[in-house]
Amino acid sequence: MTEYFNEMFDGGKVRQPYGGLDGWMRDMPAELRAMKQAEAEALFRRIGITFAVYGEGGDPDRLIPFDMFPRVFTQTEWRKLERGIKQRARALNAFLLDVYGRGEIVRAGRIPARLVYQNEAYERAVSGFIPPRGIYSHIVGIDLVRTGPDQFYVLEDNCRTPSGVSYMLENREIMMRMFPQLFRENRIEPVDGYPDALRRTLASVAPAKCDREPTIAILTPGHFNSAYYEHSFLADLMGVELVEGADLFCEGGFCWMRTTEGPKKLDVIYRRIDDAFIDPLCFRPDSMLGVPGLMDVYRSGGVTICSAPGAGVADDKAIYTFVPEMVRFYLGEEPLLENVPTWQCAKPDDLKYVLDHLPELVVKEVHGSGGYGMLVGPKATKEQIETFRIKIKENPVNYIAQPTLALSTTPTFVEEGVAPRHVDLRPYCLVGEKVELVPGGLTRVALTEGSLVVNSSQGGGVKDTWVLAE
Amino acid sequence: MLSRTAENLFWIARYMERAETMARLLEVGARIALTPSAGHGYRSEWESLLQASGTAEGFAEKYGDPVQRNIESYLFFDRDNPSSVISCIERARENARIVRTAITGQVWDTLNTAFQEIRQIERQPRSEWETTELCEWVARQSAMMRGAMDATMLRNDGFFFMNLGYALERADNTARLIDVKYFVLLPSVEMVGTGFDNYQWQVLLRALQSYRAFHWAYGGDITASKIVDFLILNPASPRSLMSAMRKALHHLENIARFYGDEGATGPVQLRARGLVRELDQTQVTEIFDEGLHEFLTRFIGDIGDLAGMVQRNYLSGDAR
Repeated sequence: MTEYFNEMFDGGKVRQPYGGLDGWMRDMPAELRAMKQAEAEALFRRIGITFAVYGEGGDPDRLIPFDMFPRVFTQTEWRKLERGIKQRARALNAFLLDVYGRGEIVRAGRIPARLVYQNEAYERAVSGFIPPRGIYSHIVGIDLVRTGPDQFYVLEDNCRTPSGVSYMLENREIMMRMFPQLFRENRIEPVDGYPDALRRTLASVAPAKCDREPTIAILTPGHFNSAYYEHSFLADLMGVELVEGADLFCEGGFCWMRTTEGPKKLDVIYRRIDDAFIDPLCFRPDSMLGVPGLMDVYRSGGVTICSAPGAGVADDKAIYTFVPEMVRFYLGEEPLLENVPTWQCAKPDDLKYVLDHLPELVVKEVHGSGGYGMLVGPKATKEQIETFRIKIKENPVNYIAQPTLALSTTPTFVEEGVAPRHVDLRPYCLVGEKVELVPGGLTRVALTEGSLVVNSSQGGGVKDTWVLAE
Repeated sequence: MLSRTAENLFWIARYMERAETMARLLEVGARIALTPSAGHGYRSEWESLLQASGTAEGFAEKYGDPVQRNIESYLFFDRDNPSSVISCIERARENARIVRTAITGQVWDTLNTAFQEIRQIERQPRSEWETTELCEWVARQSAMMRGAMDATMLRNDGFFFMNLGYALERADNTARLIDVKYFVLLPSVEMVGTGFDNYQWQVLLRALQSYRAFHWAYGGDITASKIVDFLILNPASPRSLMSAMRKALHHLENIARFYGDEGATGPVQLRARGLVRELDQTQVTEIFDEGLHEFLTRFIGDIGDLAGMVQRNYLSGDAR
């Protein structure tokens, strides 16, 4: 039996950050809990915080299960994480600036050229172009797991358009509304500064040509997208327009919004669509989502696109292995956050090890996301393992493998009462004029007993994440 | 404001008003069906409702003969019918979801609740619902929606575009409702002024929830010219063409001023002002001289033109 780190209970003792929750948990009668849970769900529905799933029948508006038991960090724990996350975000941006420029890290032999320049996410179209302030990834979501009191691992980096931040904000709103006394008794750092910080970050990377208060918009693929709620939520809180490709056009070296008063110039686009859909003239000609000519406007400095097209090359699972190396190379510092040891199936030795140890490993697709297309060895059946073995042999380059991590657990409300469930953490680091991080993030929880997969598409839920003030 | 946002708001209002009209049409039909057979019997009357709602062809393709129950399903619950109550409410709600941030929580709540409820009603056996109840339910949703807008929305371009949508849709729909009565229900001139004729006018007034208002406004016997005056020319009657057009003009002027055109002299405003002036100068006798049906057809065309101008000037995003 693997021993899992329980973030609240150390044997029979309650660990310090959770001191304020022990009594709360014990004093809550089952009926009250059920009532509160129903209330939370009604609030989510009413506010409209759903993720839409079209094309599968049933109600297209689904709720991500919300667990009322908060996850807590002390100020000391958080400061350490914060330093590590900011360091990583800076290194990732330095890497992007480098590989679209002179490629020093490749020349120095620290990362194989093949991994960078033959990467699907490497965007030739922006090679040699330097975006404002040299920043490519303005919102970096770093997925972390914890295995011990002082042991955190980075599971993956998200440099393109990490989602979920609306849950971080709404989970807090709802907890404050339902349990105000908890917030009186515990001193909890606020997270509601995020939308303002995001707006400042975006404004700080406006093109040099912009000589007034920059006009910002969020570009969404549209209301059928599963994250549409988040797009409209952020637009609303920042007070900026939420646009679709058809609302924009390019003319005279600028990008314009179609408004009831005629065209309005746009300076910064926070895009929530993939690179391939940004501009049908430059990428996929069949895309209806993007704006024809946008890449030309971007490259001539008429508009800033956040995250920059091409930023994805830094969060690829094969590049991931080299992030600690980036920290050393660009910042001259030792990495504060550790990577999970990773085997590259592209390497013959690693491949052999992986194939020999499949039942103990987690195998992932290099470009996969959302918890799809992965094998969790210890939880898999013999057939599943054999099917995967064939897939890996057929296309080894497409896979990496990691040891099955003993993810920490936090108490979670379940049918029978309170029980430990595995969690991860995604904080959102903003990179603009400043590098900043609100004290908190999105905690995802695997609601099924024993499950290590926290993705919402695979039965995961979310929790409010607290950082205690000093 | 983004043109697309304005367009969505405009159409939320149009769909909600249209849903209400569909329900009112159904109510007219259900009430007429309860009267003893006279003249043409029931069949043609139901058909006339389908024609007035612009759904006759779609219905014939799907069901063939106009049977009351099928018509009720078609006008209320059928998603193949783009004008059915359920289609209208679903689209209004989807449009609202798209521009969720341009409306208030209360307005969203009203639309979302209507949407959730109609889906529930749809799942219940039809025998549990009387047509009248369904129609009242729709009228109630519509009233709550207008109330929520009025009580909570900022008076900005979004609010004006929504109200413009309501006004134009209402003008169009009232004209169509009168047209059913006159053109189809009563094709033969000999019947004008007979007891049967008056009964049908009453039904129409009831369906428009204007029966009492009419009596307060006019008193005495119901005559064709009083009714035409009430439903077309009387600015005190909330569903009259005059009221709807004045409201449309009012909100078009609001939009112009909001965008800095103090005199409201844009092409759309000029056109709307022209239409209102024309109604102002029209006498009931002139309408009968022209022919009620001809007058209404011309009016519906004018409304269509005006809506087209709104689309080109504000909602398409092509204006420079």
